Amino acid sequence: MSSPLALDVADLSKKYGDRMALSHANFEVPLGSICGFVGPNGSGKTTTIRMLLGLIKPTTGSGHVLGESITQPEKYLPNVGAMIEGPAFYPALTGKQNLAVLAKLGGFATEPIQELLDLVDLGDRGDSKFKTYSLGMKQRLGIAAALLPNPKLLVLDEPTNGLDPAGIHEIRTLLRKLADSGTTVFVSSHLLSEIEMISDYLVMLRQGKVIFSGKTIDLLAAQKPVIIAKPENAKDLARLCEIASKLGERAVIKTDVVEVSGDVNFSSKLNKAAFDAGIILSSLTPVRPTLEDTFFEMTGEQ
Amino acid sequence: MINVIRAELAKLRRPSLSLSTVVAVTFVTGLVTSLLFLLVDSPEGNGERGTRISREVLELSTGISISFSNSAGLLGIVALCIFAAQTAQEYTYGTLRNLLVRQPSRMKILIGKLISMKMFAVVMVTISAILALLLSYVFAGVMDISTAAWSTNEARAAVLRGFVNVLIATIGFGIFGMILGLLFRSPISAISIGVIWNLIIEGLLSVFVTDLGRYFPGQLLTVVADGGTDEISYQYALFTSYGFLTIGLLLVAVLFKKRDVAN
Repeated sequence: MSSPLALDVADLSKKYGDRMALSHANFEVPLGSICGFVGPNGSGKTTTIRMLLGLIKPTTGSGHVLGESITQPEKYLPNVGAMIEGPAFYPALTGKQNLAVLAKLGGFATEPIQELLDLVDLGDRGDSKFKTYSLGMKQRLGIAAALLPNPKLLVLDEPTNGLDPAGIHEIRTLLRKLADSGTTVFVSSHLLSEIEMISDYLVMLRQGKVIFSGKTIDLLAAQKPVIIAKPENAKDLARLCEIASKLGERAVIKTDVVEVSGDVNFSSKLNKAAFDAGIILSSLTPVRPTLEDTFFEMTGEQ
Repeated sequence: MINVIRAELAKLRRPSLSLSTVVAVTFVTGLVTSLLFLLVDSPEGNGERGTRISREVLELSTGISISFSNSAGLLGIVALCIFAAQTAQEYTYGTLRNLLVRQPSRMKILIGKLISMKMFAVVMVTISAILALLLSYVFAGVMDISTAAWSTNEARAAVLRGFVNVLIATIGFGIFGMILGLLFRSPISAISIGVIWNLIIEGLLSVFVTDLGRYFPGQLLTVVADGGTDEISYQYALFTSYGFLTIGLLLVAVLFKKRDVAN
């Protein structure tokens, strides 16, 4: 079977005893995209990733990775690089030896190991034992290991855990570079701002169910923007809120501002109405909801 | 399969494991050989479980390989620990998921691991054999035991036979460790249960209940290492012990193939 999709999941479920870890999930990820995989803890992200990698068997449903069924992982895993639930390596082996073990196992050349270590900024620590690595270094080694097969699909579970801001920026740049060169990146992260910055596609989970899958831009565009209005005088907050509501938009007071649902066009209408009522606004800012805002709204988390 | 073996050997070659194995093998072989020769005149005995192996027996052509054969039980425990740890640590380190992403065939992983650990056992037993032979000559000189018969063809055949039997027994103990490693998925649990079973439970029960040793894999493997005893034939010990181990290995292989890798 050939498919232009990197991932294609249909009605995929996993049940542990009475608990549904993943329930009838459906989503697609196009080749060459960066897809963010987000959801609260325990929402089924890692279970899904494990099923896609052939580590656990689905209870029902089907899935295809790089056009091959997940029931035959040997057909697609040589082209997949993965880091699942954090980096796991042999503590007594060096970074280089750990990568060599995986390279030998996968039948890949061991020559590019130093190059990969340089790429993830571990070039000078490749001969140190894994047990001496910091969390950030372990994470980098995990990413290097995932890149060993020169993958068509890269699956990363929380790749920026333990990295400092500079490290996060480097990984973001690396992932973008990989996607630009045709690698599909499927990345789960709790850092929603990071996901928003790099993802073309998004799969959002909540309590084992897919609540959104599609283009990130479509999700964000579908969210109603808000206008943050700040009256010069704090005693006008309640009146301003009432005016906005009368104009037909949802408005709430948040500390010293009024947050009104509405697009840019509504801000001029609100400004005029406030002025007519004798309220002077010290600021009026249209704000587009971030992925984090959207995520919290859709998942009901905060 | 070759890729799995190469990857496993890279892990087994790590200095911490190879050095500690050499130390353990040297200690076990040195201890058994020195006790065998230095206590040769002791009425308390100088062999396994207080048996007496006299000067006359040590001076026979088969005398050269006795210390090596006597080391088999303890060498087996070393192998059990290594095989169990190498298998179970994949679960505790979480590295099994990496292995299965790079090699999705679980049977290839299992068989590759087994073959590479068997190769490791060959090296281990070879070191022990060389050490036992060298020490036997040294201690024979110290205790004034004649080694004239040790350089005959018959002695060489005895050494070869002893080597093969000890190797079979050691690998058997290792397979037992691997079964426990796959079953318990924790090196500490697998090793402690394996050692307690072999050294305490099997040992005690065989002493108190007559003929029970005929049904215990550890006891039978020791008989294999000795080339058979008056009570239990070599063939019976070999087929029964490996029969148990094959059944155990098949059961855990099915478990390994079917079980979700969720950690």
